[in-house]
Amino acid sequence: MADSAATTPVIETAPFQGVHAALPHDSAARHVAGSAVYIDDMPEPAGLLHVAFGMSTKAHAKITRMDLSAVRTAPGVVLVLSAEDIPGENDVSPVIHDDKLFAADEVYCVGQSLFAVAATSIAAARAAATKAVVEYEDLPAAIDIASARAMDLKIEASQRMARGDARAALATSPRRVQGRFAIGGQDHFYLEGQIALATPREDGDVHVWSSTQHPTEVQHLIARVLGRPDHCVTVEVRRMGGGFGGKETQASLFAAAAALVAVKTGRPAKARPDRDEDMVMTGKRHDFEAAYDVGFDDDGRLTGLSLELASRCGATTDLSMAINDRAMFHVDNTYFLPAIEIVSHRYRTHTVSNTAFRGFGGPQGMIAIERVMDAVAAATGLDPLEVRRRNLYGGEGRNLTPYHQVVEDNVAPQLIDELAASCAYETRRREIEAFNRSSPVLKKGIALTPVKFGISFTTTFLNQAGALIHLYVDGSIMLNHGGTEMGQGLNVKIAQIVAQAFQVGIERVKITSTVTDKVPNTSATAASSGADLNGMAALNAAETIKGRLVEFAAKKWSVGPDEVAFTPAGVRVGTETIEFGAFIRQAYLARVSLSSTGYYATPKIHYDRATHTGRPFYYFAYGAACSEVLIDTLTGEMKVTRADILHDVGKSLNPAIDLGQIEGGFIQGMGWLTTEELVFDAQGRLRTHAPSTYKIPTIGDRPAHLDVRLWKAGRNVEATVHRSKAVGEPPLMLAISVHSAINHAVASVGDYAVFPQLDAPATPEAILMACEDVRTRAKNA
Amino acid sequence: MGATIRFLLDGQVQEVKGANPTTTLLEHLRGPMRRTGTKEGCAEGDCGSCTVLVGEADGEGVAWRAVNSCIQFLPMLHGKALLTVETLAKGGELHAVQQAMVEKHGSQCGFCTPGIVMSLYGRAIAAKGAAAPVGEVLAGNLCRCTGYGPIIEVAKGVEAEAAPVVDLSAVRDETMLSLSFEDEVHGVTRTWLSPRTVEELAQAYLAHPDATIVAGATDVGLWVTKLRKPLPTLISVSEVAELKALEETSEGLRIGAGVRYVDAIEAVAKLYPDLGQMMRRLGSTQVRNSGTIGGNIANGSPIGDMPPALIAAGATLVLRRGAERRELPLEDFFLDYGKQDRRPGEFVETVIVPKLDAGRIFKVFKLSKRFDQDISAVCGAFCMAVEDGVVTDARIAFGGMAGTPKRAKACEAALAGKPWAEATIEAAMAALDSDYTPMNDMRASAAYRSLAARNMLRKVFLERQDVETRVTPESALG
Repeated sequence: MADSAATTPVIETAPFQGVHAALPHDSAARHVAGSAVYIDDMPEPAGLLHVAFGMSTKAHAKITRMDLSAVRTAPGVVLVLSAEDIPGENDVSPVIHDDKLFAADEVYCVGQSLFAVAATSIAAARAAATKAVVEYEDLPAAIDIASARAMDLKIEASQRMARGDARAALATSPRRVQGRFAIGGQDHFYLEGQIALATPREDGDVHVWSSTQHPTEVQHLIARVLGRPDHCVTVEVRRMGGGFGGKETQASLFAAAAALVAVKTGRPAKARPDRDEDMVMTGKRHDFEAAYDVGFDDDGRLTGLSLELASRCGATTDLSMAINDRAMFHVDNTYFLPAIEIVSHRYRTHTVSNTAFRGFGGPQGMIAIERVMDAVAAATGLDPLEVRRRNLYGGEGRNLTPYHQVVEDNVAPQLIDELAASCAYETRRREIEAFNRSSPVLKKGIALTPVKFGISFTTTFLNQAGALIHLYVDGSIMLNHGGTEMGQGLNVKIAQIVAQAFQVGIERVKITSTVTDKVPNTSATAASSGADLNGMAALNAAETIKGRLVEFAAKKWSVGPDEVAFTPAGVRVGTETIEFGAFIRQAYLARVSLSSTGYYATPKIHYDRATHTGRPFYYFAYGAACSEVLIDTLTGEMKVTRADILHDVGKSLNPAIDLGQIEGGFIQGMGWLTTEELVFDAQGRLRTHAPSTYKIPTIGDRPAHLDVRLWKAGRNVEATVHRSKAVGEPPLMLAISVHSAINHAVASVGDYAVFPQLDAPATPEAILMACEDVRTRAKNA
Repeated sequence: MGATIRFLLDGQVQEVKGANPTTTLLEHLRGPMRRTGTKEGCAEGDCGSCTVLVGEADGEGVAWRAVNSCIQFLPMLHGKALLTVETLAKGGELHAVQQAMVEKHGSQCGFCTPGIVMSLYGRAIAAKGAAAPVGEVLAGNLCRCTGYGPIIEVAKGVEAEAAPVVDLSAVRDETMLSLSFEDEVHGVTRTWLSPRTVEELAQAYLAHPDATIVAGATDVGLWVTKLRKPLPTLISVSEVAELKALEETSEGLRIGAGVRYVDAIEAVAKLYPDLGQMMRRLGSTQVRNSGTIGGNIANGSPIGDMPPALIAAGATLVLRRGAERRELPLEDFFLDYGKQDRRPGEFVETVIVPKLDAGRIFKVFKLSKRFDQDISAVCGAFCMAVEDGVVTDARIAFGGMAGTPKRAKACEAALAGKPWAEATIEAAMAALDSDYTPMNDMRASAAYRSLAARNMLRKVFLERQDVETRVTPESALG
């Protein structure tokens, strides 16, 4: 061991902080300094071309003429591309090959890409794009769910998930109510819009910086458009300025257009739609309609439920099949439904194709059952929380989901009890109802709702991940994995996992961009799976290298493998401890491979889509929230005054990051259910396509009292990475408590005698109209 | 006349020659200056990702303002000083607000973060409007990731510090900036004029009656970034000294057409507290730091929030054309949708706001989907005198209910001379239906607009009986 001190460590080892430490986001210092580089911040390469799109102004029409000659001759224009210029397949779709890069002879939505123009400046490209002469012959268009239903347009056959005989149970139920309501969509409103920067390489290859959650799919789609093998295309992502599902499939069109321009011209090309173009051209959260027929007894226990879901999928399939499946998977939420039938209609409309958005259909399914719980409470006169408690999973024969997965990790009862006690739910509910009796205009409402969210891609094969770790001879670590960083703190979590494995300071671990030539065939960073999958893959890579290092040390210093240990002070070999960097150098000199890939595939899961049965989820994430609101019954204005949240992230990989996900998810969900309203006109044009008309929450919308806590007892019963749980999506659904609380406040207008018809989003208009409706019905009752 | 734009960046003189005058400050920063920390999130002044601080001469000192650089035209920076997010970290060491943002986990995706940092830094150096409650200061900085909690924590802890010392004399220019640019993309020769005196302005506008008048560019900026209009001639009124005057007289206020919201709120709030409150929700700090009351009137928008309130208050306008001046009641200025009583070459010079007579009720209600920084679906203003239980006078005006901001004459008539009683109010509420036929749009349905407008009058009645009728978020975020 004489030469162990021969090298000077280049990196000072800080006090050890591995997993479970509340470390800041790895890019935080660069975020605040403005030095974190997003694609549009990169120095523009010489000769850069800017790409703009010509878009359909019709919802559904045959293109009878498309004259692009004025586009071609506009100042600064270098290239104009339309469908016939595509060397490969005219397709940028994730699943079904039905999203065209450029419309061929028919358009299926307003905002559909018709052609791309590449010019020497973005202003020139945008101005040129307006010079196209396009003539159409209108075809019948379905803009919303109702019109698609009338025209019987669907993206696939309606799906049915059932357990028990719901109809028979309903027929014999002591009590029964029916209702329906509408649930609005949501724009992602990532602050950084869609963007891609393509650089040509030799031999017709291309490198593309893309702001995407799914670099592998972008790579494959570009290759398909170019008609080249996948290995000709490299896609790279350093970070996104927000994703939320909106950059899972929606990035492909922009990346493919930029790549095509780059390959055709031999010049770099950037495609960056402005905010309005982005909102018009890209998909959103699906809006839904839900109709329920629920049977229950006088104690509020459900006996049978028949639920019909309908969604607006937009013009193409995109991910709508899986999204609508996930809506069905979440109709049970935390409740045992003794006899259940869920029918899901996936309507094709002539609007932009709706896509993934945090929760992926789950929120729409979940709010449906929460609405049912409130309806049952209203019918029985019971406290809605009591109705919820009585219907929770648990007890003999009460653990089977509608898709026949056994709930093995149910912690909802404990979470609800703890939260109800800590936020004084019952006392406050009484106080609120007293306040409402004395306040003629302003009314309060309160609701406590739980969340149970299934973790895993329900398309089983997607549940795999890869990672790549290099140790350099100075002991610094380069870590790559298949996940992408969109602000959710995935990189710092995975760096923590690797730092923990080697017992080194986090500063030794560098994570750079996600790139398809380092880790191939990745799944999207989606379904909350980023840390679960990629963390395990990275851990696997680290363990492989550690195994080699242990073997090396045992041999070199003649000790047993169990006498080699990685510690924060360095690598302990027998009785001596060697500084990590020095140790790694020794291993290098001994010709030990210091690089390894890692791989992970989620165990236990399987699913049969034909019967909608199986175990689609490895485990469930749980949470509960109690929200209190104040409404103005003369204008419908509303303020969330207080929210208390208790959420289970298992053993948190990073409590600071997890708390940020929970709070941010809750506020985003609150926006979905309150101020964020997408408005399409009768011609299928989106009227809310910029922040001036589409209103996400501002700082003032955050409840003045917002208490967010991680559940201390949390620990994943499944062997996930360090027993943590996924956190990306589940917290969004905590905001269902806000909608339920508004409903409670509105009900006060009719002294709780009638159940309000409150659709989502509960805008001031929706709230005021619901109040009016309650007043009228209460008067007539 | 100068043809070079000069400004200070971190105290250093920057000169720009031959620029397209409708280049936005953001484009200039991100392009030629390679200061890419400042982001484009919306290019319409709604998200705040592009927030920078602009300093300008204010008496002997320098007044700093947070503005949205995405809708500021580069020539508007002439003679001023600029600070961007790159200014803050010195020698690789983060500024205190940046450090606090890191420690409190105030960034996730990081894209809105530079703008938030600049708004917070503005608070530290006492920039205009930055001492207001946190919720008000940051209402113009959208964040989609964090839910704002950590940012509020940081904002509450911002410590005051001296603003950077800049020497504006290096860029001072008392002459009219006059720029000309060949815009090949739009096929126009674009002219920009920044007159310094009202006389110069009057002459310039007479000479170019088709010119677009620009004040804070919070609206005209979007004509470029969104509507992509060619705008061959632009005349900036923001350097016209006389138009920036705000006079408190014995009759009330004389507000120069170039007075920004931020500089008017206090004086207006003194006369009309409810209007002062509403102005704090109008746009955002960044918008109020640029936008002018004159611009909100002159652009003739049917949903501008100031006109209904000012009409109810009985405001008048002074219009000027060449050497001619005329005065007319504000309500008569709005002729029809998109049409104002303004002749070619004529501009709004002054807004005269009378004092509120003692004992009068004055209420403003602004209804929008979102409380802060949202354009109204309906904005109603009520100015009423009640003597001995009888309504002796009522001036009521609404925005969002017609093609122009408009008086509710039938409603007023239903109130005048009637007892201040529920029956009167209900009759007057019903009368609103004959005053207005509102439209359906993305902000609200006609039915909602009508109902909410009626209910606003009920609120006036109830508030007089001390009934709580507003969900107004209190300064819990303060």
